[in-house]
Amino acid sequence: MSIFSLVWSYLKAKPLNTALNIFLLSLGVSVITLLLVVSRQLEERVANNTKGIDLVVGAKGSPLQLILCNIFHIDFPTGNINLREAEKLANHRLVKNAIPLALGDSYMNFRIIGTSQAYAELYQAELQTGDWWKEELEVTLGANVAALSKLQMGSTFESAHGLTKEGHAHEESKYKVVGILKPTGSVIDNLILTQITSVWHVHEEGEEKSNMNQPLSLKLIPGYQLKDSTKEITALLIKYKNPIAAIQLPRLINTQTNMQAASPAFESARLFTILGSAKTVLMGLAYLLVFISALSIFIALYNSLKERKYDLAIMRSMGASRFKLWSSMVLEGISLTFLGTIGGLLLAHLMLFVFIQTIGDKTGLAPFQLYIEEAFLLVGGVLLGLLCSLLPAWQAYRTDIHKVLAGN
Amino acid sequence: MVSVKDLQYTYSKAITTMRFPDFDIQAGEHSLLLGESGGGKTTLLHLIGGLLQSQKGKIELDGVNIAALSAVQLDQFRGKKMGFIFQKNHLINTLTVKQNLLAASFFAGNPADPQRAVEILEELGLADKLNSKVTELSVGQAQRVAIARAVMNKPALILADEPTSALDDKNCEKVISLLLKLANHSWATLLVATHDQRLKERLNRQIELKSTEINRA
Repeated sequence: MSIFSLVWSYLKAKPLNTALNIFLLSLGVSVITLLLVVSRQLEERVANNTKGIDLVVGAKGSPLQLILCNIFHIDFPTGNINLREAEKLANHRLVKNAIPLALGDSYMNFRIIGTSQAYAELYQAELQTGDWWKEELEVTLGANVAALSKLQMGSTFESAHGLTKEGHAHEESKYKVVGILKPTGSVIDNLILTQITSVWHVHEEGEEKSNMNQPLSLKLIPGYQLKDSTKEITALLIKYKNPIAAIQLPRLINTQTNMQAASPAFESARLFTILGSAKTVLMGLAYLLVFISALSIFIALYNSLKERKYDLAIMRSMGASRFKLWSSMVLEGISLTFLGTIGGLLLAHLMLFVFIQTIGDKTGLAPFQLYIEEAFLLVGGVLLGLLCSLLPAWQAYRTDIHKVLAGN
Repeated sequence: MVSVKDLQYTYSKAITTMRFPDFDIQAGEHSLLLGESGGGKTTLLHLIGGLLQSQKGKIELDGVNIAALSAVQLDQFRGKKMGFIFQKNHLINTLTVKQNLLAASFFAGNPADPQRAVEILEELGLADKLNSKVTELSVGQAQRVAIARAVMNKPALILADEPTSALDDKNCEKVISLLLKLANHSWATLLVATHDQRLKERLNRQIELKSTEINRA
């Protein structure tokens, strides 16, 4: 016999009430936790994916779309930009380095990105097996692609036109897997990397056109001689040389070229503001749930006082101090909220896990990563229990045992 | 064992003060506290048991003046020295029979003694009910468990408030016999407040509470 078994016996005596109270609180806490975990991981991933990219340059359109497409690889391209213009920009004195991207095809929903080796270096990607892509139509796979597509070293595949499964297959040219990357926790895990020229090759029919007097050596694509002035790529990822570039370059690009420049930092901040209001609404709902469950626990404890009038008095007659009755009541409240909070934390991580399983893990979210805020939630849960039980516990404390025991 | 002297008690809204007769009870001298209903028997019993604190007069138990004890000391003293039996059993319904007995030790601050719980229940013929829920017991069985609980901590004094008045002759006889038996086994003195005339034959020492109300000064 201990105060815990006493409290437990009271909770067990009303299983439905107890379960409902715990469940209500769990629901509220799980929404809070879910919002916390998801927004934290999103922020981390955004920070990870935009690291080392000061500016994205692409075709005119929505700047947010430009960022979503070329950094996070979730939206469609705004269009193409002329390679010669891009090359001019890459040689600008305020640009430290520029990475070209050519999008257009995919394999099983994984995007094929024509780019340079510098792109992989941006995300500190390392080879798991095999080698980097070197020749045309050679590809190196991101870790997730390798795991989910069942492609192996040496496998060949046809790309589908467009960025979704439905595009028609390019049957005439087959890609060949020459390497697989280690997981990086960034967007590159979900990409198939190749030469820019591979992307052109797949889409071009017949011989390469030549309309330039002198072939041009490119900084963007080392070793390639540009002979066709109409060649296009999708975007450029730019790193500034110095802070002055942040002021001058975007304006220069947006006003003096027919390209568009968008800052990942600015656009993702804008994105979070949009998401932020949705988060606030959900958070408000979650706190409402927590409040209702706290109220329900308070009412349950308060009502139980009437039923337990004799129990409380008899406990006192057996030698229990007033404080012992007080603490048993408080312990009961805290047990409910503690279990509710634990349940909520478990529920949140479980829901995230199920969600990730259902949509297929391309989000890169880690469902079982814990955050320090969850410990704060647990402490908050205990304090909530104390708060709910203070008044009932006070009533228990001041039970008039003589009146109760004489009054039958 | 028990010594009551010049004891008075006034309820906060009452216009009269209750005055109680002086008396002494020796250890082992099982006694009846007789009087009409509403004559202050319960009040006196609660005063002796420390469930109510007297305003005037002296109550000594085992040489301790309980009026001088602090609230917490009184709780502890009550837990160690006294056992209570009421007209209703007042068992804790959410606990089993065994847990109800162990709860008595727990609240008194004594170590759990399951062995003693089993022994007492055997003596009361309830050994097979050890792990039963309280709600599964008959009224008579429940009252016996309440008696078991009262002697669990080997109290020096057992205070019983109308323990038999709701029972028929047969059960009344049974309960008082068990009470006397258990009190003797655990060297406890029994003080029974009752208007039940049937008990007069079993307990020789009788303290009569007469109309003792005086106008408030």
